[in-house]
Amino acid sequence: MRTIRSLVQGLLCLIVVSLAAPAALAAPDDDGRALLEALDTDSYAAKGEAVTAIADSGHPQSRVWLEALLDGKLQRQEDGGRFVVVLANRGRHWPVRDALTDEDLGEMSRRDLDRIGINNALRGQLQNTLALLDLRAPAVSARREAARDLLGEVSPSMVEPLNGLVENEADDEVRRLLTQAIAIQRLERGDLEAVEALSGSLNTSVRSALSAAARSDDAALAEAATDALAGIEQKQKLNDGIQTLYFGLSLGSVLVLAAIGLAITFGVMGVINMAHGELIMLGAYTTWGMQQLLPGQPGLALLLSIPAGFLVAALAGIVIERSVIQFLKGRPLETLLATFGVSLILQQLVRTLISPLNRTVVSPEWMSGSLMINEGLSLTLNRLLVLGFALLVFAGLMLVMRRTRLGLEVRAVTQNRAMARSMGIRATRVDILTFALGSGVAGLAGVALSQLTNVGPNLGQNYIIDSFMVVVFGGVGNLWGTLVAGLSLGVINQVLEPWAGAVLAKILVLVFIILFIQKRPRGLFPQKGRAAEG
Amino acid sequence: MNLLKEMASRDRVFDFMAPARSPVDVRHGPILYLEDVSVSFDGFRAINDLNLTIDDGELRCIIGPNGAGKTTMMDIITGKTRPDHGSVWFGSRHDLLTMNEPQIASLGIGRKFQKPTVFEALTVFENLELAMAADKRIWPTLTARLSGEARDRIDEVLVTIGLTGHRDRPAGILSHGQKQWLEIGMLLMQRPRLLLVDEPVAGMTEQEMERTAELLTGLAGKQSVVVVEHDMGFVRSIARTVTVLHQGSVLAEGSMDQVSSDPRVVEVYLGTESDNTEDARC
Amino acid sequence: MLASRSWLSRPLRERSTQIFLGVLLAALAVFTLLNLIVPAGHPLHVSTYTVTLLGKYLSFALLAVALDLVWGYLGILSLGHGAFFALGGYAMGMYLMRQIGDRGVYGDPVLPDFMVFLDWDSLPWYWHGFDMAWFALLMVLLAPGLLALVFGFLAFRSRVTGVYLSIITQALTFALMLAFFRNEMGFGGNNGLTDFKELLGYDLRSDATRLGLFLASGLALALGYVLCRAIVASKLGRVSMACRDAEARTRFLGYRVERVQLFVFVVSAMLAGVAGALYVPQVGIINPGEFSPIFSIEVVLWVALGGRGTLYGAVIGALVVNYAKTVFTGVMPEAWLFALGGLFVVVTVLLPKGVAGLLASLRRRRDDDASETPAQGASS
Repeated sequence: MRTIRSLVQGLLCLIVVSLAAPAALAAPDDDGRALLEALDTDSYAAKGEAVTAIADSGHPQSRVWLEALLDGKLQRQEDGGRFVVVLANRGRHWPVRDALTDEDLGEMSRRDLDRIGINNALRGQLQNTLALLDLRAPAVSARREAARDLLGEVSPSMVEPLNGLVENEADDEVRRLLTQAIAIQRLERGDLEAVEALSGSLNTSVRSALSAAARSDDAALAEAATDALAGIEQKQKLNDGIQTLYFGLSLGSVLVLAAIGLAITFGVMGVINMAHGELIMLGAYTTWGMQQLLPGQPGLALLLSIPAGFLVAALAGIVIERSVIQFLKGRPLETLLATFGVSLILQQLVRTLISPLNRTVVSPEWMSGSLMINEGLSLTLNRLLVLGFALLVFAGLMLVMRRTRLGLEVRAVTQNRAMARSMGIRATRVDILTFALGSGVAGLAGVALSQLTNVGPNLGQNYIIDSFMVVVFGGVGNLWGTLVAGLSLGVINQVLEPWAGAVLAKILVLVFIILFIQKRPRGLFPQKGRAAEG
Repeated sequence: MNLLKEMASRDRVFDFMAPARSPVDVRHGPILYLEDVSVSFDGFRAINDLNLTIDDGELRCIIGPNGAGKTTMMDIITGKTRPDHGSVWFGSRHDLLTMNEPQIASLGIGRKFQKPTVFEALTVFENLELAMAADKRIWPTLTARLSGEARDRIDEVLVTIGLTGHRDRPAGILSHGQKQWLEIGMLLMQRPRLLLVDEPVAGMTEQEMERTAELLTGLAGKQSVVVVEHDMGFVRSIARTVTVLHQGSVLAEGSMDQVSSDPRVVEVYLGTESDNTEDARC
Repeated sequence: MLASRSWLSRPLRERSTQIFLGVLLAALAVFTLLNLIVPAGHPLHVSTYTVTLLGKYLSFALLAVALDLVWGYLGILSLGHGAFFALGGYAMGMYLMRQIGDRGVYGDPVLPDFMVFLDWDSLPWYWHGFDMAWFALLMVLLAPGLLALVFGFLAFRSRVTGVYLSIITQALTFALMLAFFRNEMGFGGNNGLTDFKELLGYDLRSDATRLGLFLASGLALALGYVLCRAIVASKLGRVSMACRDAEARTRFLGYRVERVQLFVFVVSAMLAGVAGALYVPQVGIINPGEFSPIFSIEVVLWVALGGRGTLYGAVIGALVVNYAKTVFTGVMPEAWLFALGGLFVVVTVLLPKGVAGLLASLRRRRDDDASETPAQGASS
């Protein structure tokens, strides 16, 4: 026991020492000091050259220096002392860091420091230099961002260095952005050819530059710019269409997730489970609970919630099946009422045990942010992941129903209970497992929903009617129908929303389904033939 | 037993069964006429170019193995299923494909289901009352009062089907055979021109079967009767003309003897008898 | 004419209806006397508050009877009967709003307060006519009746039945709730219609008016009960039960099932509308909450608890559940949803025929014991 502890301690010491060693052994940074010394001169021309030297040096601190210089925060201790970067210049004593080593030097009196001054010309040069500095950053994403920031911000003096950069740039996107940035500058000077380089871009700076050009006195330029703008407008419309489709599919994927479990219990077993929404709610609360257990690790908690949510909801489903539904075989309307009662109890249970208020579920980092398709169109990651998750769950269910023993038994029991029983299938067991499966999928829906909406006791209620609509619209007993119905209802809703408003769109969709059911009482994909007559 | 006596005196028993004056025009041939009828479910052809004619007053038995399309054919005649193509005429004036179930029913086509369906919550008497030929629109039904004459007629049918003792009992408590009888009684109350009877003796005892046979043969002549049945013994006991359906179309037609000696019938139908006991319970 | 009088008066000759009417009318009389004659402070005194509460229960009971007509006798489980109730209520509410006149907060002689608040300058077309009582009363019947007619026509014609029908009735009331929540609809949005002053010239806050409304609710329940009973006991009633138990068979007998369903459904919706119209002046408000699917499904519970297919059971169920709700939400509001949810489960699993069925089976057992005859499996 003791030996192990001393071994561990020894190892820890080793690690600490080896980490500290390079810093301690590093040679004094003479090159850096020379670069900074060059700045400490009264000649602005010399300072300008020094700035260029710093920018070209590739010194790790160079960016810090130049930014500080621009802000007047690069200073030197009186009488040729250390160069420091002032962190905050309020009051008499300023917190400072060593410019060379980035070491925290505590506070220094403002009277002990001398500012390295700049003039307007130097300020312009610094701004350009900083922009260009970012464009040389090793990370592509940093370069892209820098290039994007340059759009509409290019001064005439930058054109030349930028042209040089474009030639050496490896990344297409950065090159495209830089070309556009230069083109905007050229357009502002009335260069007709620049219009071509800008056409098709959705960037707001590009569009405002083109709009400005369209109002110019030069007729040819104005016409070219107007044409380019029209093209952009069209592209924007296409983008908006894709955006609507995306939101529609996202909403649809939520509907599919919420409804697919219902499609199993309702479609396959003929059981109307009004507590389905509350099983979704349980899944969402499982995610919340998991995050309470694992504070600080929302990603891990979310991943663990997927199996946990499934299990919690499936167990709840089994309890419901055993305690209520099994006594109501063949009485669908009574089942509907009883499970509605269960849903009330579950809701109130959550209100009493947890809280009547909404709980927040944290989104892990890899779910926030968005995927940029082009400048006018970016897809939020969480919705994209939920869409993928929904398809995955759907595929999984299809596999279970088509390829496993359970799926086969479920289909057998659905079609002819007595016959299946006489062939040795334990119908009761199949009922329990089917219901557990449907409920578990509701739990998965809850886990996904926790990433998109608030988690509260009413979460399930908001989805139950929609879910039923999806199942009925798609055709009972047909998983494909549920998928198509869910996605298309989501899209229809989003298409209607811009001109009808959210509430009216929802009403219209409901009315549409009510009318649709009149026309095709068995949904989009009905089961045909004598068996369906029931 | 009472019934058998009733049966013997035909002129008395059957006056209430005389067909109501029906608009059906049978001067120019058959009462029911199916031509080139086809229907498929999910690609499966349940009925395949079926041609069938039933003459006025005829008693026809239709037999065929499971899945031959017997029930589907009834569904088409009564308007429950619409064929993909073909034509179905009732007499020479009524195109049945343009009508819905209640219209077809009020034309005078009565149907007994394979599974006996009676209104279990209502009494036997009420079941017959509802079946009685009458003005079946909403308001007349709401304000309807039972006349003495109608009451007598119901009682007469009760005697015929042997359920007088169960007059005021809920139909739900009747035995299987009694339910079959009640359903036939309901058809009689409708005074149909054409009776479609699907498996009338399924689940009946020998005695009950005999009664049914006598009733059905007694009906023929005034009404046309189409019987679909699996039970060969029963078919043999009542049939004059037998039609054999196979895979949705007519395979053979003729007397029972003719049909049962037809080699094709032996092959598709009787051939299955040995290995499919459910098809032939004789 | 003679015939139609006879079908309507038929229930009055039934013993069960006579008992029901006797008990109901006696209760109305007793409560009225306890309110008017017994002085306040006496333990037997019934306050006007209680009278109004009872009046509310009675309007709920009428709604339950209406639902039982379609569920118990036609086999159609409507999860949207609250919509018809609320439409009747809104028709009444619109009349009451117009009666406020210039006594509103903004003092506009024509426009209700909420319209002034929304900066509307004229009355929407569908608000015209509601200043006349006869028109409003007509609308109390027509608005729900018309909705039921259109909805039922579409649904029954395409033979949507069973669970499907239940679910789309629920969607119907849900859609209406969302619609009425919108301010643009012109029905007061979220807040609904409230701040009523008088009805037919009587001050709504006076004790006499409140007692009058209680009695009106009781009489409406009595009339509604007799009407439903008359339908149920007619041949049409037996045809309804036939549709409920064997729809296809009924159709092959030559009945137009969808028309039977439509007729009964519309009658039921109109009764629900009347119930709503009586409810609104007693509680003093109507808002989109009455459209909520939960309310409609609660009504189903009243009927299920009382025993469906027995109209008096629906009345018992409505009174019992609502009384329990008043008590529970007063004493421990947390527990009400538990109790309600538990009631749903217990009634469906253990009491499928409700209280009425329980009473009937007890009576039958007593009879059987007395006569020593074996029990008939009369109901399966």
